[in-house]
Amino acid sequence: MLWHIVKRVAFYALVIGIVVISLFPFYYAIITSFKSGTALFVVNYWPTSFSLANYTQVLTTGSFVRNLGNSLFIASVVVVISLLLAVTASFALSRVRFRGRSLLLFTILAVSMFPQIAVLSGLFELIRFFGIFNTPFALIFAYMIFTLPFTVWVLTTFMRDLPVEIEEAAIVDGASPWVIVTKVFLPLMWPALVTTGLLAFIAAWNEFLFALTFTSSNNTRTVPVAIALLSGATQYEIPWGNIMAASVIVTVPLVVLVLIFQRKIISGLTAGGVKG
Amino acid sequence: MAVAETIAEPAAQAGSDLLRQRVRAAWIFLAPMLIVLALVAGWPLLRSIYFSFTNASLTNLEARQWIGFENYLSWITLKSGKTVYDGLLVDPLWWKSVWNTVRFTIVSVTLETIFGMMVALVLNADFRGRGIVRAAILVPWAIPTIVSAKMWAWMLNDQFGIINDILLNLGLISQKIAWTANPDTAMLAVLIVDIWKTTPFMALLILAGLQMIPGDIYEAAKIDGVNPVKVFWKVTLPLVRPALMVAIIFRMLDALRIFDLIYVLTANNAQTKTMSVFARENLFDFDKFAYGSAASTMLFLILTVITILYIIIGKVNFEGGR
Repeated sequence: MLWHIVKRVAFYALVIGIVVISLFPFYYAIITSFKSGTALFVVNYWPTSFSLANYTQVLTTGSFVRNLGNSLFIASVVVVISLLLAVTASFALSRVRFRGRSLLLFTILAVSMFPQIAVLSGLFELIRFFGIFNTPFALIFAYMIFTLPFTVWVLTTFMRDLPVEIEEAAIVDGASPWVIVTKVFLPLMWPALVTTGLLAFIAAWNEFLFALTFTSSNNTRTVPVAIALLSGATQYEIPWGNIMAASVIVTVPLVVLVLIFQRKIISGLTAGGVKG
Repeated sequence: MAVAETIAEPAAQAGSDLLRQRVRAAWIFLAPMLIVLALVAGWPLLRSIYFSFTNASLTNLEARQWIGFENYLSWITLKSGKTVYDGLLVDPLWWKSVWNTVRFTIVSVTLETIFGMMVALVLNADFRGRGIVRAAILVPWAIPTIVSAKMWAWMLNDQFGIINDILLNLGLISQKIAWTANPDTAMLAVLIVDIWKTTPFMALLILAGLQMIPGDIYEAAKIDGVNPVKVFWKVTLPLVRPALMVAIIFRMLDALRIFDLIYVLTANNAQTKTMSVFARENLFDFDKFAYGSAASTMLFLILTVITILYIIIGKVNFEGGR
């Protein structure tokens, strides 16, 4: 009996440990963001002050609001384009048998695991050639390299699992493949589209390497780059309060979205991962 | 992809004309996606490899000449008869960054697998508050890498950081440590942040594998009175292995190309400079565009070789047991 209690206690200690370690850094960022002046430089484990100074400073000076808009615009357009391209492509890859299909699937998987640095110089040349350097379109274009293979792959695994019967009737009625995709599959795919769209949105929202390389002015940057380059009044002073406030602003919407769509996200992640 | 056989059947019954129409439609459906991928991945990859054989510079991309393998390896024989080698393959800074990347990858992926397995086993157990734990571990995953890097940089700050405060109060250290600046601890700092951020991903992938194991196997083991530790090694681990192998390769490829965390957390620290940081630095900061392209091409080669070896040696099944 004693042994049983010890085991129980150890298990819950582990559970509490996992929760605390997961949440503490974000909690600490939040309490730091509400501190201002010299209070910042005193270590506190519990909230001690509530000052919105950091938030007003981040939102009123500099180009942070503009950066938020850029991120929102870029990530949304990326999601819409990749889903549009992926729906028809994954229908072809999951429901039609043709030569070279396995090779195509393998190529798409390979591209999704691509090291982005390997295409950086070629992509830089292409973006300059298109004349879209330092515009949101450079990033919308570049982000296709990771959102497109991912959405195609996950939607393909999703469509593959749908029963044959659902399109049999449509085929017998002589419906064209386009009608089958739009009228039969699309209505069934909303849950999968929401999940993959959300994951693609998060990936685009968080991206750093391309955003750092293909934009060069404060007004065109996305939030991750803006936060990384946030500097204080002097070169030697790091504005930790502002950085934490900006971090909380960009993270809270993501955390809320993730918690709302928890189950969908977990199933989407594992569909993209375990099944390939 | 075994599903394919059953799917093609209704079309086949309806006649080969229909089948041909279906295949043609499939290619039309695929075309836009394939064109975009070729444009954003295929072409830039070829151009990057091409640049690595030229002397292109960032300030003047167009005025470039083909110089063969000189970015990789070149040598001149001096009058004294001594041969001097130059290029990426004999650049100690490059090999240092390769070693940093490999060391980082091995340690981070190993620890993430162990911790991920622990968290997954906890989440696979039935207990009150499981939903809360699952939600909590999603938070580090959802936080952008740059934000995690900044949050931890603040916590690891030498003067005002809470980590130093905790360790001092516990008596584990006698004086404050400059975690991200000190060459001895910079890699440790990067590892801590990376493990914190990506263990949840690992845990969720392993959990999905664990949940595919039928419960009656555990029932049988319990009735037979088999030691839980033995059950883990003899039953759980072999059955979860396919999912685990795929999760590990995903993490490995991610770790081998790491850039953002290191760029923000320990910028300019030679002890943590990885292959990606080295390549980008040469491409855009040092005006050695061609040399940087050579580094990124090497990185691509190294990753490809490691992936192929892993798939062959590990007998990875990407179909997840299909």
